[in-house]
Amino acid sequence: MDPARLFAASRVLIVAGKGGVGKSTMSATLARTAARAGLSTLLVRLTPGGPISRLFAAPELTGVEQTLHAGGGPNGDADVRGRLVTPDEALAEYLTDHGLARITRRLVSTGAIDVVTTAAPGIRDLLVLGRVKAFETAKVADLIVLDAPAAGHAVAFLQSPTGLRDAVGAGPIATQADDVLEMLADPERCRVMLVTLAEETPVNEVVETAFALEDEIGVALGPVIVNGLVDVPDGLNGDLDTLIAANTAKLSATDIAELRDAAAFRLRWAARQQEQVARLSDRLPLAQIHTPYVFTAEPGPAELESLSNALSAGINALSEDDA
Amino acid sequence: MNSVAALLEEQSVIVCVGAGGVGKTTTAAALALEAAQRGRRVCVVTIDPARRLSDAMGFDTDRAIGNAPQQIHVEAKGELWAAMLDTSTTFDALIRTYAPSDEQAQNILTNDFYRNIANSMSGAHEYMAMEKLYELHNDARFDLVVVDTPPTNNAIDFLEAPDRITQFLDHRLYKILVTPSGGLARVVNFAAQSFLRTVARIVSASVVDDAIEFFAAFDGMEEGFRGRAVAVHDLLIAEDTSFVLVTVPRSDTVHDAAAFIETLGAADIEVDAIVVNRVHPSFGSSHLDGLDNGPLAPFITVLHDSQTVAAGQDAVLASLTDELPAGAVVKIPFLDTDVHDLDGLAVLAQWLTPSEDTHHH
Repeated sequence: MDPARLFAASRVLIVAGKGGVGKSTMSATLARTAARAGLSTLLVRLTPGGPISRLFAAPELTGVEQTLHAGGGPNGDADVRGRLVTPDEALAEYLTDHGLARITRRLVSTGAIDVVTTAAPGIRDLLVLGRVKAFETAKVADLIVLDAPAAGHAVAFLQSPTGLRDAVGAGPIATQADDVLEMLADPERCRVMLVTLAEETPVNEVVETAFALEDEIGVALGPVIVNGLVDVPDGLNGDLDTLIAANTAKLSATDIAELRDAAAFRLRWAARQQEQVARLSDRLPLAQIHTPYVFTAEPGPAELESLSNALSAGINALSEDDA
Repeated sequence: MNSVAALLEEQSVIVCVGAGGVGKTTTAAALALEAAQRGRRVCVVTIDPARRLSDAMGFDTDRAIGNAPQQIHVEAKGELWAAMLDTSTTFDALIRTYAPSDEQAQNILTNDFYRNIANSMSGAHEYMAMEKLYELHNDARFDLVVVDTPPTNNAIDFLEAPDRITQFLDHRLYKILVTPSGGLARVVNFAAQSFLRTVARIVSASVVDDAIEFFAAFDGMEEGFRGRAVAVHDLLIAEDTSFVLVTVPRSDTVHDAAAFIETLGAADIEVDAIVVNRVHPSFGSSHLDGLDNGPLAPFITVLHDSQTVAAGQDAVLASLTDELPAGAVVKIPFLDTDVHDLDGLAVLAQWLTPSEDTHHH
């Protein structure tokens, strides 16, 4: 499938996954890959920090939109922009929009804000989603990529409008919840891409999360990204002793031991991952996109480009009905 | 004996902290198992709703561990117990403890606003984890409690949660919302009334009514809660309580871990040991660049990849572990410790306390 087609399928991509699976890195990679396919992209994150600024070699995200990667170039890349949307900011913005700016300060200073957020659990999550929906409606970019809270929390996060809809009856919050629910239910506006590792617990969790998202929220799911896969280079299965005997260069016993151990480790690692990939295919009927393990400790723009190449290749390998 | 082994033999509380996805639950379970093997009567408690402790202990779902401690049958000099925190059950028990009458307890327990506090208020998981820790610490069946903490972005959350929620329950604002008698909820102050009307516009009137009813019913119980929060806090900073930080050698996680240590330090809490999970092996430092294009090329590529990972993780970890004595940092190898059951847990336990004495292995 052409990446442009996948990214044009809906205007909001919510990227979700358990802690440590590379969800933020994949959010950045999806944003960059969409921009390379010609779609202007806004990357939204909910908490400060994380790998995004390093991947783009850009300043930390703030509540003010910034350009993470300027478009142009021979291939006509579009821009990647990025910003933070924090729950506190979303709440303040919401109150201001509803003519309640006057009481915002008092709500905060008296602690009444805690009563509001306790009385209506999920209100912060809902207001964050409301902001994303506002970006979507205003068409601030061709694609919005939302780096969602860690899985487990992702379900609660996306459940917030349903929960609140029941709790608050009529009123502005209910309207907001309805608007967000409408967006979540429409696959042309919004879908979720799950990220996992090819390991036992992450696979279990991604399967659980996928079913919960479909059954309880009814949001459309895109292909699942299986991140951090290692390959087995051609020839690594060969017999090292034969290869060494045929080689003219002098290798010490230490060199040989290191080569042998590193190869054995890689083969074991890759085999373990393939078992989990197969388990995921059995248990979750979603197309998979495979992205490679990054060997460098602190990935930057070069690694982002190679991840983006791999992601494009993975999308190209999908069939046309996998979107 | 490394520091971890010493903690397992000497301390009465071990709190495992760290980001999500680093293997904290499994590490807590392995520490508890090892302590039991060293003769302690230990209870491990986890907060995670995903049943990961059951998974780690190889339990199938119908034997899932509940809120009350259950003994796990292992061959050990001591005893191993496990409990899975149920936040709202624990909160309910606390309400029953401090309510002056059954009727008042019932009024609170059936209130929707209270249910929100117990189920989903930010910090409630952390608060109840610490509450459960306190309860088990005072349970004569155990001489060590190992507690797994919720995956938070902020180390201080579970330290501050008891205070923060107690303050919330004891807030000045709510005092003016209810009559001093604590009986029928009645708004006594006109300014507060108009303010509440505005709040009701944001959420809804029934939600505000629930809140007022709750605070009326809770009136008079603040003192008990405050006292308990102080006791819990004292336990966390006690001499025989230790903190073990769990991390993985990835730069973002390690940066978070360094921030954890700093925040804990500001609260006068030292991290006594660091467990680094998923450490890649290092296959020496041979540089065989001249052979890159020969038939050995795939072997050399793979060796160099390993060396890149090893060098990277060492650099990332150095900033974190340099501050601690060598015995206080335990590295757990990636791939060799995949815990599905008690046997896997026992292997992990051995890695956690590598020692010259083979006391039980």
